[in-house]
Amino acid sequence: MKYLLLKHYRGGPSPVVDYPPMDQWKPERVDAHVQYMRDFAARLEETGEFVDERALAPGGTFVRYDGEGRPPVTDGPFAETKDLIAGWMIIDVESWDRAVELAGELSAAPGADGEPIYEWLEVRPFLSESLTVTE
Amino acid sequence: MNESLLRELVPAVIGVLVRRGADFASAEDAVQEALIRALETWPDDPPRDPKAWLVTVAWHRFLDAVRAEASRRGREVAVEVEPPAGPAPATDDTLRLYFLCAHPTLPPSSAVALTLRAVGGLTTRQIATAYLVPEATMAQRISRAKRRIAGLPLDRPGDLGTVLRVLYLVFNEGYGGNLDLAGEAIRIARQLVALTDEPEVAGLLALMLLHHARRASRTGPGGRLVPLAEQDRSRWDTALIGEGVAILQAALARDRLGEYQAQAAIAALHADARSACETDWVQIVEWYDELLRLTGSPVVRLNRAVAVGEADGAQAGLAALAGVRPDLPRYAAVTAYLHERAGDLERAADLYAEASRAATSVPERDHLTREAARVRHLSANGAP
Repeated sequence: MKYLLLKHYRGGPSPVVDYPPMDQWKPERVDAHVQYMRDFAARLEETGEFVDERALAPGGTFVRYDGEGRPPVTDGPFAETKDLIAGWMIIDVESWDRAVELAGELSAAPGADGEPIYEWLEVRPFLSESLTVTE
Repeated sequence: MNESLLRELVPAVIGVLVRRGADFASAEDAVQEALIRALETWPDDPPRDPKAWLVTVAWHRFLDAVRAEASRRGREVAVEVEPPAGPAPATDDTLRLYFLCAHPTLPPSSAVALTLRAVGGLTTRQIATAYLVPEATMAQRISRAKRRIAGLPLDRPGDLGTVLRVLYLVFNEGYGGNLDLAGEAIRIARQLVALTDEPEVAGLLALMLLHHARRASRTGPGGRLVPLAEQDRSRWDTALIGEGVAILQAALARDRLGEYQAQAAIAALHADARSACETDWVQIVEWYDELLRLTGSPVVRLNRAVAVGEADGAQAGLAALAGVRPDLPRYAAVTAYLHERAGDLERAADLYAEASRAATSVPERDHLTREAARVRHLSANGAP
């Protein structure tokens, strides 16, 4: 089963720890955080549970169709209140429990003070393209 | 170059090497190397006996690896005397390979990958593509699985039930890529049938053939799900159905009923009906009763309720749902269907919508959403 781990930087439940933006952390804290993420991904590659991972740039825009022959409507960049997805990881694991366990680990990356940041992560199962055959 | 022949020889050749004393992982590596060699040389220089050729080359590769390892460690060569090559039918070895690859200590996804690789003869890349994961991920999964079973002895029979479950898992994965996993599962099951004397193995093969025969009619344009009752029965593969029914009848005649045979019997009754309304639902309910007795599975109880609804009417079907856990996958879909048949359209539409939110596949979700919309529309227009 594949799961998407979504890193929301805004828009999820209220943060447990109100940490400052990363550009205000001490460099070694940033390094430790980044290294934790790298180690996490490397460990999943080792176990055969890693599928893909990407970070997203913060600047994003909502776009929609605005009628025949008219340019699409845009609404952005994201206002402060809107959701911001910082990145995602796709894992392929045996069970929902395992997906939750891994998301919990990822959420424990060290923050500005070196303690876990208790970041909220969203876990979403993939709908598979296959059908089970039992009718 | 006959690639399917190569694939069929893989488990037998690994089995011979293991019996001669190679550990599983080394044997598997050696056979993969021999296969590459075969692909290079056979087109120009075909062997008289492909299996003996593969055994010889793989054994030499294994010895080379052992010697390299041994000399690197500065130890004595561990294996000096080469056992005579030659014909080795060794069906037992192959069967034990199935048991090893589907060992209960392996997580299902690893057992599936190892089975496809070691007894199916597929490449890591093919398996990775079929399961939509990077090749490196699949390589790690397989090598971890090999490490985990490295110390297990290959000398006692394993659990055939686990082997069958793994094969059915492969069959049920319809993922993309160029590889037909259902076809692979059937191919491997055919080999397993030749190796064993267990009616359940034949039952599983029959079940897969009967499902496979309907494959072309189960999805419409754009992957749209077509329910059994609406399928174009002229597109069912009658040759596969005939074969499946014959295999099932031979298995049933041996009077050792198991869950795969019972499931195949239900599939055969569906396949046997020329139209949906000619389906023998009464007999299907009887087989569900057998299946329930064998497995006690709540999913079987749920499916049985559908059959009861067809055999004895929607109210009886709803009554049969008593005692089925509502948190089961497809519970809402089944209840929706029975309520629609009972004429309670509003309730049915709500339940279809609920079921679509809980669906586990894209075609299933789309189908249930469409059903919800259809029934809601009927209900709003005061249709019967």
